[in-house]
Parts: sequence; structure tokens; C-alpha cells
Amino acid sequence: MRERDWLCPVLAGLVSLSPLGLGGARLHGQEVKKHLIEFNRHIRPILSDNCFACHGPDKNQRKADLRLDSESDAFADRGGYSALVKGKPDTSELFKRITRSDKSGRMPPAKTGKHLTAQQVELIRQWIEQGAKYEKHWSLIPPQHRPVPKVAEGEQPRNVIDAFVRWRMEMRGLAPSPEADRRTLARRLSFDLVGLPPSPEQVEAFVKDASPQACATYVDRLLASKHYGERMAIYWLDVVRFADTNGIHGDNHREIAPYRDYVIDAFNNNKPFDRFVTEQLAGDLLPNPTNEQKIASGFNRLLMTTREGGAQPKEYLAKYSADRVRNTASIFLGYTMGCCECHDHKFDPLTQKDFYSFAAFFADIKDVAVGEQPMVRLPTPEQENEIRKIDSELASLRAQLDRPLPELDNAQARWEQEAKARRKDARDDWIILKPEKLASSGKATLAIQPDHSVLSTGKNPAQDVYTVTLRTDQKQLTGIRLEALSHPSFGNPGLARGNGNFVLTRFEVSAAKDGAKPQPVKIVSAAADYEQPGFPVVHAIDADPKTGWAVDGHAKRGDRMAVFAFDRPLPGGPGTVLVVRLRHESQYTQHNIGRFRLSLTSAAKPALSGKNALLAEVAQALGVETSKRTPQQKQTLTRYFRSIAPQLEPQRRQLAVLEKRKDDVVKAEPQTEISMAGPPRTIRILRRGNWLDDAGEIVEPNTPASLLPLGVKGRRADRLDLAKWMVSPDNPVVARVFVNRLWKLFFGQGIVKPLDDYGSQGAWPTHPDLLDWLAIEFRESGWDVKHLVKLMVLSETYRQTSKASEKLKQADPYNQWLARQGRFRLDAEMVRDNALAVSGLLVHKIGGRSVKPYQPAGYWAHLNFPIREWQKDSGEELYRRGVYTYWCRTFLHPSLVAFDAPSREECVVERPRSNTPQQALVLLNDPVYVEAARVLAERIVRHSGKDADARLRFAFRQVLQRSPQPTELKLLQGLVVQHLEQYRKDRAGAAELMKIGDFPVPKDLDVSELAAWTSVARVLLNLHETITRN
Amino acid sequence: MNPAEPIRLLQRRTFLKQTGVSLGSVALCSLLDPGLLRGAPQGGKVEVPRWTGVVRPLHSMQRVKRVIFLTMAGGPSHLETLDYKPKLAQMHGQPMPESYTKGQPIAQLQGAKLTCFAPQHPFKKFGKSGQEICEIFPHIGTVADDLCILRAMKTEAINHDPAHTFLNTGTTISGRPSMGSWLLYGLGAETDSLPGFVVLTSLGGFGQGQPIASRQWHSGFLPGQFQGVEFRSKGDPVLYVGRPRGVDGQRQRDVVSAVQQLNQMREGVTDDPEITTRIQQYELAFRMQTSVPGLLDLSDEPNRILDMYGTRGGDGSFASNCLLARRLAERGVRFIQLYHRGWDHHGGIKANIAATAKEVDQGTAALVKDLKQRGMLDSTLVVWGGEFGRTPMAQGNGRDHHMKALSMWLAGGGIKGGITHGATDELGYNAVEDIVTVHDLHATMLHLLGIDHKRLTFRFQGRDFRLTDVSGNVVTRILA
Repeated sequence: MRERDWLCPVLAGLVSLSPLGLGGARLHGQEVKKHLIEFNRHIRPILSDNCFACHGPDKNQRKADLRLDSESDAFADRGGYSALVKGKPDTSELFKRITRSDKSGRMPPAKTGKHLTAQQVELIRQWIEQGAKYEKHWSLIPPQHRPVPKVAEGEQPRNVIDAFVRWRMEMRGLAPSPEADRRTLARRLSFDLVGLPPSPEQVEAFVKDASPQACATYVDRLLASKHYGERMAIYWLDVVRFADTNGIHGDNHREIAPYRDYVIDAFNNNKPFDRFVTEQLAGDLLPNPTNEQKIASGFNRLLMTTREGGAQPKEYLAKYSADRVRNTASIFLGYTMGCCECHDHKFDPLTQKDFYSFAAFFADIKDVAVGEQPMVRLPTPEQENEIRKIDSELASLRAQLDRPLPELDNAQARWEQEAKARRKDARDDWIILKPEKLASSGKATLAIQPDHSVLSTGKNPAQDVYTVTLRTDQKQLTGIRLEALSHPSFGNPGLARGNGNFVLTRFEVSAAKDGAKPQPVKIVSAAADYEQPGFPVVHAIDADPKTGWAVDGHAKRGDRMAVFAFDRPLPGGPGTVLVVRLRHESQYTQHNIGRFRLSLTSAAKPALSGKNALLAEVAQALGVETSKRTPQQKQTLTRYFRSIAPQLEPQRRQLAVLEKRKDDVVKAEPQTEISMAGPPRTIRILRRGNWLDDAGEIVEPNTPASLLPLGVKGRRADRLDLAKWMVSPDNPVVARVFVNRLWKLFFGQGIVKPLDDYGSQGAWPTHPDLLDWLAIEFRESGWDVKHLVKLMVLSETYRQTSKASEKLKQADPYNQWLARQGRFRLDAEMVRDNALAVSGLLVHKIGGRSVKPYQPAGYWAHLNFPIREWQKDSGEELYRRGVYTYWCRTFLHPSLVAFDAPSREECVVERPRSNTPQQALVLLNDPVYVEAARVLAERIVRHSGKDADARLRFAFRQVLQRSPQPTELKLLQGLVVQHLEQYRKDRAGAAELMKIGDFPVPKDLDVSELAAWTSVARVLLNLHETITRN
Repeated sequence: MNPAEPIRLLQRRTFLKQTGVSLGSVALCSLLDPGLLRGAPQGGKVEVPRWTGVVRPLHSMQRVKRVIFLTMAGGPSHLETLDYKPKLAQMHGQPMPESYTKGQPIAQLQGAKLTCFAPQHPFKKFGKSGQEICEIFPHIGTVADDLCILRAMKTEAINHDPAHTFLNTGTTISGRPSMGSWLLYGLGAETDSLPGFVVLTSLGGFGQGQPIASRQWHSGFLPGQFQGVEFRSKGDPVLYVGRPRGVDGQRQRDVVSAVQQLNQMREGVTDDPEITTRIQQYELAFRMQTSVPGLLDLSDEPNRILDMYGTRGGDGSFASNCLLARRLAERGVRFIQLYHRGWDHHGGIKANIAATAKEVDQGTAALVKDLKQRGMLDSTLVVWGGEFGRTPMAQGNGRDHHMKALSMWLAGGGIKGGITHGATDELGYNAVEDIVTVHDLHATMLHLLGIDHKRLTFRFQGRDFRLTDVSGNVVTRILA
């Protein structure tokens, strides 16, 4: 199908008025009267569609070495003739070839399936006659300041938009339609700006508001609503291809929801668009980036990635690179750069080198080619506040514990005496050592805790060997004690990060003095306070490297300890170094002790007890006479004593509570993927897109010069430069592209119809002057999105009725000239939101993790690696807006799919709007709509009296914000009577119906009555009008 | 541009043409309860026009009306199915000559030593034509004279997900329409009560169950009405086709009738043509609620038919889906795609491929025979094959992914039966003779349906896209 003519409305208009082109017909409007054929508007579409593939930018496909997209080439002397001769169609080879009578030499060749119509040939003839003037493609010329047209007749337009629109209408003899009634407007504005229906009260207030500012007031309220950001996010998330899964093969979960919330907040806070663009492309490269900016840079990570075994890293890095170019260009530039992955563009001045130079901007982003992408934890502003608050409370509590307390000083003195005495009597104290050095063979991160224990975090390797270096002055060392300790970070109550259990396959000690090489220390015996059957602690010191000590850590709670006795006392003393190795090398993976602590003793017989253990520095300070202690040693003792003094127990308990709270906040911090820059990968031009080819030229980051040169010299450009280039005042496309897509949201179609191609194959804007004016206004307003939205929705053009007279439908069937409003079905998410809102089920919470409403069982059965099931949420998460529904790329929620929500595998700037039987099945049978209907029925029955008529009026106002017509009333009254009678006989059926969905069933209402009114509510939720924005 | 716009226009045009002909149209009033009509304006008969496609008239003679695509997901080894390689058996255990593999893409065998791995099952000559087919397909062997084996196919992706996407859409980039959607867009369907593009899947028990993305039957940039609809073996056979609990058939009908009438009344007020379409879609939806259960109810199938397929039905097995495929074909569905998800045999290929073959063999053969005995094979194209082949090199005791060679077979109208087309080299590594690409397969399939693959296009992002992208040749030598 080739519905080409509508792409070029002016042409179509001309042709319909005068089949032979322009001669003699009486035409409306100045531009047509001039009979001037414009290259961009009239000629380029013809050449682009029919000629450029062989005579255009792509040098590899070029025939006869002729470029018709280049003015100089077209006029060049080709040995006695040229393709074009100004003013002379008959000597222009191009014209001769398109009019040649014999088919063999006629252009375009028949085998291409293309041919020129008589009208097109005539246009070309006149264009050559008029001088064959070329123009740069319109979207490559930066927006120009356009004078606002004066409207000749009638009422003056409301704002600049209207002036431009009316001017074009007048040229065509069209007049604007009247303003829509207030109820329609209330609904239209509400759906367009917040994606939700207005409440009946809001509609009433708006209808009654006689002020000339009524509309502005209504719009301001909507723009201030937090739901505005959600509505805009529905659009933006399609464009950037946001989803909760990685999209390829196993289609596994990824943490990225904070990016979605960033988008919602950005629109709500009216973040200037230039910042919005910059933060997404390069938030991580901004100086001292905030968490918000880092989250925004997650934009670069929204692409599809794979974890499929056997995927080749090089191939996938090439895929990711191409994906970013293709999509970033679609998102911001509206140019189909993806075509240049394998060859120069066939229609637009974009080269393959442009493609790979553009790719080089993203070469610094650290990607995992095949596997799970890295994630970071970033607190929300609320969480940051909470942590700040806890920290300050903690600080003041600690200060309390540290401040001088005379009554405690005496108690401390007594304790010191006792402890010293004990150390002298029985040298059985364990002295807890703070490790000097730590190493993990499996690349876990080992961190020393305040109690000198060592915590393993980060990577959790299958096996691990910890090497711990201890330094001590203690003499006569007879044994070493190992404690295995629990920690809240394990995610289990046990002693290891895997399943809670560990297997210590070997415990080795070596010792040295004064820098000598450590010599193995022989361990003669070992004892533990718990041994798992079959895993006694002696297995950690036997000759078999595979057997070991385990403690049922997955099943039994509690810290454990083991004591290892040396065969003879080590002399010890100052300069003694012990190297301890904890080997976890069993067949059981991730059975590595998660937190441990080591202590030494000089007791004749090392005891399996921790009763009198002291931290090394405490023991040392105790050993020094009171008067000779350094201030540091004094403080050590004071601190230690206060950590055990019974008098301070309440403060300590409070401290523990606060620490736990802080820990909980930290654990709740969302994880997300962000851009992290590293040394850039080498980017080459891949000939024919072949990733195996290493012979192509190496390129540096650069932008397509035909759009706008980057202007960075003498250094490698980065993503920040790219962002600056995007929002530069000279960039010809970015503002226009965004403005045009915004326009589409509020009028149903763009000023440039194809929202995804502003190049040669796209369409001429119906209102080029308006598009330019809006683009400049947008930029000069400081990229103020809400300003732009307000301009659009307060225009008279926006406020027109969507009902068209027969005459208007004939004159402008596609509503190109905007003499009426558009009329279209709500987007998938809003269809759901609307049902939830009118039933009262909708939860208005903003942001958070993605949620899982009802979904048919087994819908994910085709997923694997791993096999998984959709775990339905419960409670309020079931009634969140569609924008929060978990976006699984390979199996998106079927109700969303039915209403044309895209899988978000690629950038989608315009959803199709289909009308299918599946949509009917969803609205009739998806439990969320049945539940919404039964809850709406409950509202109807509870809040509108006993009279069926009053109830129906109430229901219409809730769902459609209008009163029912008598015929409508009559029909539904009939349904109620009939179903009430039936459900009275079938109370079981009624009860079944009322149990659909998790929302509690009212106990105080008659189930048959509810069921009958549920039928009415279902009818209303299924109406075309309910899911249509008029 | 809104791609649906010209379509809607066409649809309306089609509608006008068909009014009065009543081809595939039924009266809405048939499902309205007269009791509900009291006081309501009597809407005239509402016809439901059928989408009859954009390829009108057909580009060439139509040889088949429908396609049944039996997709063996996971990548069946050509070396144990349709491509007999005695030389590979001789070289078993020896290093794979580097001349084959140097610089070639490789999947899970990256960095591994590459050794030849003999075909794990013998081949046999079947039928009058003596077609060589692996012994593990004794039933398919009985229809060998109807098959055209393509031995020299190749593809462009070495991993499952992109290779599947390529097989179904002609490109590895997401967002493009699948072949079933193209057909539906081009030709429409011959049913008013079932979707025109139906997908049936079965898991299989002897390979890693391949994940299959819904992208594989998505309509991409074509309007949503051309999407494939999956028929499920558990739960609602079609998503949301089941009525809510407590709502019997009559009550559901009452609700739908009321919706239809209120919509009609509204149309009088707002003059919105979309309402007409909406009414038609509710009509279709309502019809699906009875036609789908009817389709799945096998009680009208005689025992000998059930025995031939080797199924009692209703279990989601491949055999059961083969039988359903025939029933869908009878009812005018245009494109029927079956998936068997168990062909990814990285290890233990000897036992596993035999077991997997057993799961598809009888049902597949029965489908061909059944279509034939009903005189439907002439108007049907049956395709059997997966997204890629497997390496002649061992991966332990299995085989890795391979894109340079794969085999498929075709049967049905316009296809020469009993022939083998094309050849791989002596080790089965490269397709070398009469190579057939995926684009060629698509071009041939469209040709048999009366469509010139270069002329079935849709403008998206300024370009006329087609199923065969920028290549594809009809494989004329296999055409009868």
C-alpha cells in the first residue's frame, strides 16, 4: 500500500483543485497563489521516494555516479548534458528520463516498482521552469523566527497557536469548530494532563465557573497534580524503552524502577528539558553528580541485554553499541540513524561513519557483554534525610556515652582492678586481635568491624580462602580461637551468606618474628562448641583438604567458636606476626564463614570460652599503670568500660535500636542501573555491520555534521558534549522533535505526521511556521515543558469540539488543518487507571518498585532460565496505576498488550491504536475490570439511595461525567430488573461474582443486589465512550 | 504517521464493498435479547466486515491458502534429522579441520577444542523417492514422498533469541512484524469467529525448554489486529475468553447486548466511526467465546483419527496441537504456528534427540496425511524446522548452536514432493549448494500464497519495510 499523497498535503490539495497542476485554477491563500513550487515541500518527497535510493546519499548503491539530493551534482556537466538545467525542463536529462516514452530507459526503472504520476511529473516540470531551486531539507535548517500571521476575519485568535492554525485554515476556506462543552473539556483535559478521569465534583465546579480564567484555573490544578508526571511518563517511558527485564532469551529481572520515578519527578517538577536531556545522557559525568543525576543516567542502560550462555561478548557489545545509536537518535533526533549501521543512509545525509562516531560517545559506559549488569544502591531523598536524622541522633547518643560522668569513673576504677587481678591470676583470657591485613582468594570484600570481627561482603565466591595477618606483643602464645558470627547483612540468621552454613576445610597458622618468613605452627588439638554430624572440627586440621568443620548454620541459630591449641607455646613478644588461613574449599559452594573473629591466649590450656575475652588494645591499656597511660589508652578503657557498664544499659539499647533502624533504611535503598564511565572501548566502522570485521577505521566520538557539527577540538568528546550539542540553540531537530511529539499527545497527531522520521522520507509539516515558533518558544522559555503544555491546551484549537460536520469531514478527512479536535482511545495504562479511578479502587501513591496486578496463571510459562511465575502482589499494590505495572519485555501483561502497549524493546514514539476483539475480552473478563465493576456497584448501592433511576444517574456521573439519556436509562433499568431477579434465584452465582478480586466483599449488603448492579457497572466500563477521549 | 489510518480507511472501503454480499457477516441482532430492546432505538443490522487484506488482487496465482509452520525451537541438529553425513562419522573424534572453523562465530564452544562428532543415529531411505531421513522419524518417513527437504539453509544469528526473531520476522531487531502478521495484513483470514493467526506451543521433555518471547508472534509496527493469538492448553484457551465466575452465558450476553446498544445510541450522538468498529469487535469477541471451546472439543473426532495422531487431546502435547492445527485450518485460520520448545541438545544428544523426535514424529506425519486425505494438503503449506542447526563438532556428547547450515522440510500445495534441495559440505558445516536463506524461505512462502514479497510492504520510519528486508528470492526449483 502506498498512501503517499496524504504525506504531502499541499500537493494533494493542489492536485485536487487542478489535475494538471496549477494552471488557471482559482486557489485560496497566498502561498498557493504564487504558484511557487518549493523543493522541500513539493519536489523532495517525490525525489526521495523514487530516486534517492540509487541517486542519493548512499555511495555504495549509487548508480551512474549521480546524486539528485546534491544540488551541485544535479547541475554538474556530465559531458555535454546535465541532470538539471535551470528553467529548461526539455534539456534537463532528468526530465527527459522521467518522460521517456519507451519503458526501457524510463526512470524510475520499472523493476523498482516505483513510478511517477502525471501530477508528479508536472510538478517537476514547473519546478525546473521556475529555476529548479534546491533547499536544504527543512529539518536541517534550524527553526526560524516566523511572524505571527494576522487573521483577516471574525473573532481574533486566542493565542499564537491559534493565529498560525487559523491562517492555514483560512487559506483552505475552513473555519474553526466551536468550543467543546465544558463536560467534554473537563474530561479531555483531565485525561490529557493527568491520565485520569475528573471527579463529578471537579466537573461540576468547572461547568459552573463563569470566570474567563476558568480553563486556566482548571489546567493549573491539573498541572500541579502529581499525576501529571505519571501521565507524561507513560509517553516518555515508551520513547526511551523502559522495562523491568533485560529482554533477551531468559528475559531476566533488572533493577531500574528509580529511573521511572526520576522521569515522573522530572515532569512534576517541570525540570527544564535541557537538563532533562543532559542528566539522562550524561548525569554521571556532571561535576559531583547527585544521586538523582546518577539515576537519570540509567537512561543509557535501558537497552536490551543478554545473559544467554554461548553469546559472544564481542557480538553483543556491537549489538549494544548499535542499539544505543539507533534508539538515542530516534529518541532525540527523530532521524533513522539505525539505517547507517551497515551502509550510508539512502535518503538522508548520514554516513556509516556518522553512525560509528555517534556510537563512540557511549563507548565509555561499562557494560557486561553477556551476563547480569552491575547495579548500585542509591538512597532516595527521603532515605537520605532519614539517614541524616538517625546519624545525628546516634552522634548525640554517643556523645552522651562519651561525656565525663564522675559516678561512672569510680565504677570503672573498680572494674579495672578486678580485670587486672584476673589477668594476673589466670592467664586464660582471650585477647581479641584486630587484623593487620586481610585477603580473600575469591575476591570477596573483607571489612574489619568495630568489635574486630571481619565481615565478608561484595562478591560471594563459590569457594574462598581468607588470609589474615595478626600482630601481637603477647608472650607465650598457646592457642588461637575462631568465632563464627552472624550478621544482618547475610539475609539469613546463620553464619554465612549462602544458606547460612559454612564448611571450614582447613585452619592454618604460621608465625614469624621481626620480619622473618612465617613458619607453620603445628596445631595439636581442636575443640568446638558445636559440630554438625559428619563435620567435626578436627576435619579442619586433618590432612584431607576436602573435609571440614560445619555447624548446621542453615538450620540452627547461634554464634559458634572453635579453639585450636598449638603443640608448644610460641615465645611471642613484640614484633610477633601470625598469618592465619581459613580455607573453604569443600564441594559445598558459598559455604564461607560470613563474619569471624580471632583471639589469642597464653593460658596453659586454651579454654573453649569467651567469658573474659578482651580486645587487644583494652588488655594492653590495662597492663599499663594508671598514671603512665597515654590519653589514647585512657580513652580506650573508658570507651570499653562504658560499652559494658550496666549503668549505661538503657543508652546502649537505644543505640542498638537506632543502628538497627539505620540498617533497615540502608537495606531498603533502591538498587538501580546507572551509567558508569570507564576507559572507552575502541570503536571501529564495522563494514556491512559485521562485528567480526576488525579492519574498519577507528573513530572518535562525533555528531553527524549534516545536522550540526559538534565543535569539540583537541580532545576526545564525551557524552556531556553530546548532551550540550543536543540542546544547543543551533541544533535543528531536538526542540522540534519534542514539541511535535508533545503536540501529538494533545491533538492526536503531530504537526509532522510521522513522529519518528524528520528526514527526507518523513513528511512536510502541515504547519511548519507553527512548529518553528513552538520550538523557539520552547527553547527561549528555558525549555519549560509545562509552559508549552499550557500554551497548547489553552488554545482555541485545542478546545474545539471533536465532532465534525459532514462538510468538514469531506474537506479535511484526516483533520490536517485542525478545524476540529481529535478523538481517540485512551492508552492502555489509562484504560486500567480509569476503571480503577471511577470504582474508587485506585491507589494514588507515586513511585516505588514495579507492581504485579492479576495476570492469568501460566502466562509466563514460556519463560525459562529460570522458570518463574508471576507473583501477584496484594493489598494496595493491586490497585496502582498502569505505569507501575511490571514491564516484562517478552511477556508484557496481556491486558496492556491488548490495548497496544509496546514491549519497549525498541524506541516507540507512537503507539498504534487498534480496535480488536481482545480488547473486548479484556474489558469483559479480566478480573481487574470485573472487580472494579463490583466495587463500583457497591458504591452505587451505598451512595445513591434505593431508587434505580437515581442510582443510574449516579453511575453515569461517576463513569462518564454526564447524565444518562432517557433511552439509556430505560435500557439499563431493564438490565437491572432482569439480573436482580436472576441473581435472587442464584445467590451462589452472585456470591461467586462478588468474590472476584482481592477487595473485601461487603457483609452488610445484599449480594444479589450487588451482583445485578455489577452487571450495570460492567456495561458502563465496557462502553466505547468510557475508554475514549473526545 | 498513524499506521492504522490507511488501514481503517481500507477497512471501511472493504466494509462498503461487502455490504449486501454478507460474506462473513452476521447480524448483531442475532445476539441481542429482544427484552432489552424495549425503548431502545432499533439499530439496523450491523454487519461485521472481514479484513480481506491489502494484496487485492493477488500478485500471482495462489497455490496455497494457509500455512502451518511447525517450529522446532532450540535448533534441531540437521545431522540427526535431515542431513546425512557419513564422512563426519568417519572423522569422529578427530580434530575439526581448522579450514572450516577459523574466524567463524562460535557459541558455547568458544575456546574449546573442536572435534568431529559422528551422526548419532543412522539414516534410512524412505518412500518411493528414497529420501534420506534419520531413523528416529519413522512416521515422517511414511510421508517422505510429500516432502521437499531443504538441506542447505542458513541463518544470520547464532543465539536462540535473535535467531528465532530472524526466522519469524526476517530481522534480528525487535519491533518488526512476524510472518503470520504479514500474511494476515496481506490476505486477511477466512474466518469470522477465530483469530486469523494462531500460535500453539508444547514444552517437550528432553531438551532445555526454550524461552519463546511473545515478540515471535507480535505484529510489530503493523496494527494490533494482526497479532498472533496464542491458544493455551491450561487455563483459558485464549486469554480472557472465559466468563467471570457467577456470570453464565445468558448474563454475559445481556451485558454485551447492553454495551452494543448503548454504543449504538452514542454513535448517533457523536458520529464516531470508531464506535462501529468497536461494536464489530464486541461481536467477534462474543463469537470467540463459543467458537474457541467448539474448536477445542475433540468429541467429534473419530477414534481412528485420534489414534493416527496418537493423542486423546487436551494435554497440550505436540500431537494434540497437530490435530488442533488441522481443525484451525479447516476453520479458515490463515497462519497456524506450532512450537515444540525442546530441541536445544547441548548434551546427551543421542538419547535426547531421539526422545524429542518421538514427541513430534507421529503427530506431524498424521497432520500431513490427514490434510491429504481431506484434500486440504493442496491448499496448505506445511513447514518443519527450527531457528538454526547444530555444530558437526562435539560439545561433550551434544552439539552447539550453528548458523551456517540447517535443514527444514516443506510439504503441500505448489511444492514438489519427494525431492531434496541443496547440500552442505561433507562435514555438514557450511551450506554450499543451492543455498536457501530465511529470506528465501519467506519469499517462497509468500509466493505460494500469491504475494510478491517485494510488494507486500508497510511504511515505517520513512521506509517501506517488508518481511524479506532487502533480499530474498523465490526458490523456483522446488515449486511444482
